[in-house]
This record gives sequence, structure tokens and C-alpha cells, in this order.
Amino acid sequence: MLSEEEKREIEAELPHYERRQALCIEALKIVQKHHGWVSDEAVRDVGEFLGMSPHQVDSVATFYNLIYRRKVGRHVIHVCDSVSCWVLGCDAVQDRLCEILGIKPGETTDDERFTLLPIPCLGACDHAPAMLVDKDLHGDLTPDNVEALLERYT
Amino acid sequence: MERPLTELIDLREGPLAREAYEHAGGYEAARRAVCDMPPREVIKTVEDSGLKGRGGAGFLTGMKWGFVPAGDDAPRPRYLICNADEMEPGTFKDRYLMEGNPHQLIEGMIIAAHAIQAEIGYIFLRDEYHRSAEALRRALAEAREAGYLGDSVFGSAFSCDIHLHTSAGRYICGEETALLNALEGRRAVPRAKPPFPPVVGLFGKPTIVNNVETLCCVPHIVSKGSKWFRQLSLTSDGGTKIFGVSGRVKNPGLWELPMGTPLREVIEGHAGGMRGGYRFRGVIPGGASTDFLVEEHLDIPLDFESVQKAGSRLGTGTMIVLDDRTCPVGMVHNLERFFAQESCGWCTPCRDGIPWIQKTLAAIEAGRGRPDDIELLHMHTRHLGPGRTFCAFAPGAMEPLQSALKYFDDDFRRHIADGRCPYNNHQTGNSNGNHHH
Repeated sequence: MLSEEEKREIEAELPHYERRQALCIEALKIVQKHHGWVSDEAVRDVGEFLGMSPHQVDSVATFYNLIYRRKVGRHVIHVCDSVSCWVLGCDAVQDRLCEILGIKPGETTDDERFTLLPIPCLGACDHAPAMLVDKDLHGDLTPDNVEALLERYT
Repeated sequence: MERPLTELIDLREGPLAREAYEHAGGYEAARRAVCDMPPREVIKTVEDSGLKGRGGAGFLTGMKWGFVPAGDDAPRPRYLICNADEMEPGTFKDRYLMEGNPHQLIEGMIIAAHAIQAEIGYIFLRDEYHRSAEALRRALAEAREAGYLGDSVFGSAFSCDIHLHTSAGRYICGEETALLNALEGRRAVPRAKPPFPPVVGLFGKPTIVNNVETLCCVPHIVSKGSKWFRQLSLTSDGGTKIFGVSGRVKNPGLWELPMGTPLREVIEGHAGGMRGGYRFRGVIPGGASTDFLVEEHLDIPLDFESVQKAGSRLGTGTMIVLDDRTCPVGMVHNLERFFAQESCGWCTPCRDGIPWIQKTLAAIEAGRGRPDDIELLHMHTRHLGPGRTFCAFAPGAMEPLQSALKYFDDDFRRHIADGRCPYNNHQTGNSNGNHHH
């Protein structure tokens, strides 16, 4: 079941769109904001609320890489793997992140603290390599400075 | 040298507030356009300025606006959408404009909305741009509070509001018809054209989609005139352009310069040239989906026509430099991996062709290439070229590949002949193919 708060937040978006079903992505993002990810139940609930089948909603949910259809950790690290960051060594940064966290890209640490996801260009090419941790953009990364940057995320 | 779009921007100070923006003359152009200029006159002014879309395609902005059906019996509502889904790899200019001076964008949108008589505006912003979202949300609230948005804009009969829509990822959302599907809450696959969005767009209504930088030019054109805008440029394409450089240069960054500034001046002057120990090998001039240019092109003026004549595209004007110690095959592999991952999957050539290319490049890079792979890659560039696929995504993906095959042919052949990558960096080979979670 969607909570009353989630329903209220989804309804608040309604005046901005011509059709109720246009809220699909907004609704999935609202659910994700509250739960961290979008479960099968949430897909069904969003569908019910917007007058869509679960399959319709899931076809949208699975298209967008920032809708998480699997549980993620408390903090999500999006590490850029696009061309400017690649030229400046993002592979080594990502390898180091994997080593620190003991996971592969796409995985979550056992303590559910971090999920590591590669992401296309973050638009921080003048400070490549870059990564986004939750809402914070970090640039000029090196294999040596990433560990300290993660400390504040508990 | 005039820098109309960026002169007020100082990121250390954060986004420019409405008061400071107005103190510098902000919103005067929008007020004049909405209160004193008929929509047709605004379109004419922008047409005469020669402003071309700064999102990559370079279509004439005024002409695009003119495609919206006018008259009392034309369909309503009409929509103005700002494409702020900056995801072209190597591109970071729109973020700078939004974080630095959000009101400039809003003012441009008010003028554009008036020109096409749109009552509803959207800013379609990529989700990762959290700072931009914050700056825009605040600026929109300030503009609404001042009566510049909402009912009777500047006290006139024109009403328009702008809603900030944050997206949920995927590069294809930057394609304007895919963007419309995303805004309608659907999978972001491109739509068939025609009909074109100015006639049948969002929710089936007339819709104009313009890039952030394009819209930021509009207040200045209205305020200082189309002639002034044209003379900012060194060549026939009007205005300034925000150029960016990334890669192994001394001073990567963004600079607002006259359209037509020579490529060499941007790379060797503003970006400071190559870092010590590195030599210039090539450059992708306008984001991932543009053809490589090489040393012989360094003196071309950076405008739409000249870059096209040199065999590439101005694109977004934000360039990525290839140095002599970075493997060109590896760089193209990185680009094609991106395109393979971001293909929306709607049409078969793109969905199946680009991953094939990616795997072929991965094999070459790993020393498992075969002599006929080069001809195979050439074949793909033809089969995925313009007219062979549903939208411009795959032809864009072919641009860096076809030019790399042309300029770095020796590198491809050496990988295959030696059975290994001759460059010793970038050998870690993360194969993180799947970003979906």
C-alpha cells in the first residue's frame, strides 16, 4: 500500500501533467525517495493508484537506470565511466572503489552501507574522474583519495 | 570581448539571485517582449540573429519557433520545453549556466513561451544535476513571487508557468521526441517524425524543445538586437558559444568565446595546451557523438559550417582531447560501450549493431582482434548511418568510430597484428556492461 504521504506527494504533481498516467515516473521516484528502491509491491501499488497495470508500470520502471528495482545500500555511489573520465583514469578509480568496498559494480556491501553503480557522464569533465555519492558531486578523484571521501557516509 | 551568457556567473558565490540579476538588467528583455512585442516580432528578431540550437543539432531557433501553428483556432495548450538533460559525454556547459545564473534561463523561457504563445513550460532536467535543480527551484519560486510567471506575466494578458521535471536517467531522453515520451511518463523511445513536435508534440499539442544555452541567448538577443548578436561571432553563425575542453590538457574548463574561434586557440590558448609529457593526437569537438578531428584541423574556426566542412560537427562545443599516450581504440571502445548501453532498444540495427561493435572493439583492445574486424567495423558504420535507423542516435554513435578508423587506422592494425594493446595505460578493462539495477 502507498502511504498517505506518498499519495499526497503524487497527487501534488497531478496539476503539472495533462494525464494521470504521465505521473508514472514521478510516482516511482516518490516511492523510491521514501523506501530507497521500488519493490514489486510498489510497482503494483503505483499502477493501482494511476490506473495502470503492473506490467505497464514495470516497463517504465525498468527503462530508467535511476529507478532502482533492487534494494540499494544507504548510500549510492555513481561513478562516472564516460569518455573524459576514462581518459583520466576512471577505471583505476573504480577498481579501487571495488577493492575498498569488497564488491563489484552493481553490488551492495554486506552491511548495506554502499551500492556501487557506474553512470554515464556526470557533466564534471573538467574535474575528471568524478563520482556522485547520494547528491554530492566529487571530482579530481584518484585511487588514493577516494577512501577518505567515503568516510563521511555512514 | 563580450561574454553575455556568463559575465554574471561566479560559481563561488552560488547561483545569482533575482535581485542581483535584475540589478544587472535582468528581466528587462522579457518584460519588453511580453508587454510590447507581438509574438511574430520576437520570432523575427531571433530568426534574424542567426541563433542556432546549442544542444548539438544546430537548427535555426527562430525558424523552429515559426513552425508552431499560429492563430486563434490553433491547438491549445502549447508547450515550451527546455532540454536540460545534458548527458552527452564530455559536455558540462548547461550545468554551469543553470548553477550560475538560473534566472537567465527562466527569462529566456518566458520570452520563448511568449513567442510561441505557450502557456506551459517544463525544464526537463537530468536527475544527477542536484545543484542545478536546487538553483532552478529557488529561481522559479522567486520569479513566480515577482509575478514573472503564473497568471498575467508582468501584468500582461499572457499567462505561463514553468515546472521543473527531474528525469530518471537514460541518454536517449535528450532526443526531443524521446524526451516527450519521458515527460508523458512512458519509456523514452523516440517517436516517428513527421509529425514534428512543433505541430504534434507533448500530449499531442504543439511543442518547442530548446537547449539550455540556446534559451540563455534569447534575452540578450531581445535586449541588444539581432545585429549585435551576429557581430559577436567571427563567422556567419551568430553569437558566442560556450566551449569546453577536457582530457589531458593543462587547464580543462569552459569559456564563452565568439562563435568561430579557432580550435587551436581554444585548446592551446584557453585550455593551456597539453600537460607536460603528452602530445595532442586528436579531439572530439562536440561531445561523444561527433567525429574526431586531428592536428591538420587545428586552425579551423569553430562554427557549425566550418566544423562540418572539416568532417565533424560542432555538436555541443565541448571537446574531449585524445593524447598520444591514450589508446584511440580504447577511447572508441569506451564511447561505443556507452552507446551500446544507452540504446533504447527500439530499432534492431541500433539495439544489435552497437553491442556487436562494442564486442569487436573489446576483442581488438584485448589482443583478440582478427584482420577482417576492421572491414567489419567499416561495414557497421555504413549500416548504422543516417537513414538506416529510427532516430539519430546510432548515426551519432558511428561518428567517432568512422573517424577513428580513418585517422587511427595504424593503431587498429597494430593491435591486431601484435595481439595486444600497444599502450600501457587503461589495461584494467572493467567490463561493467550492465548499469541497470
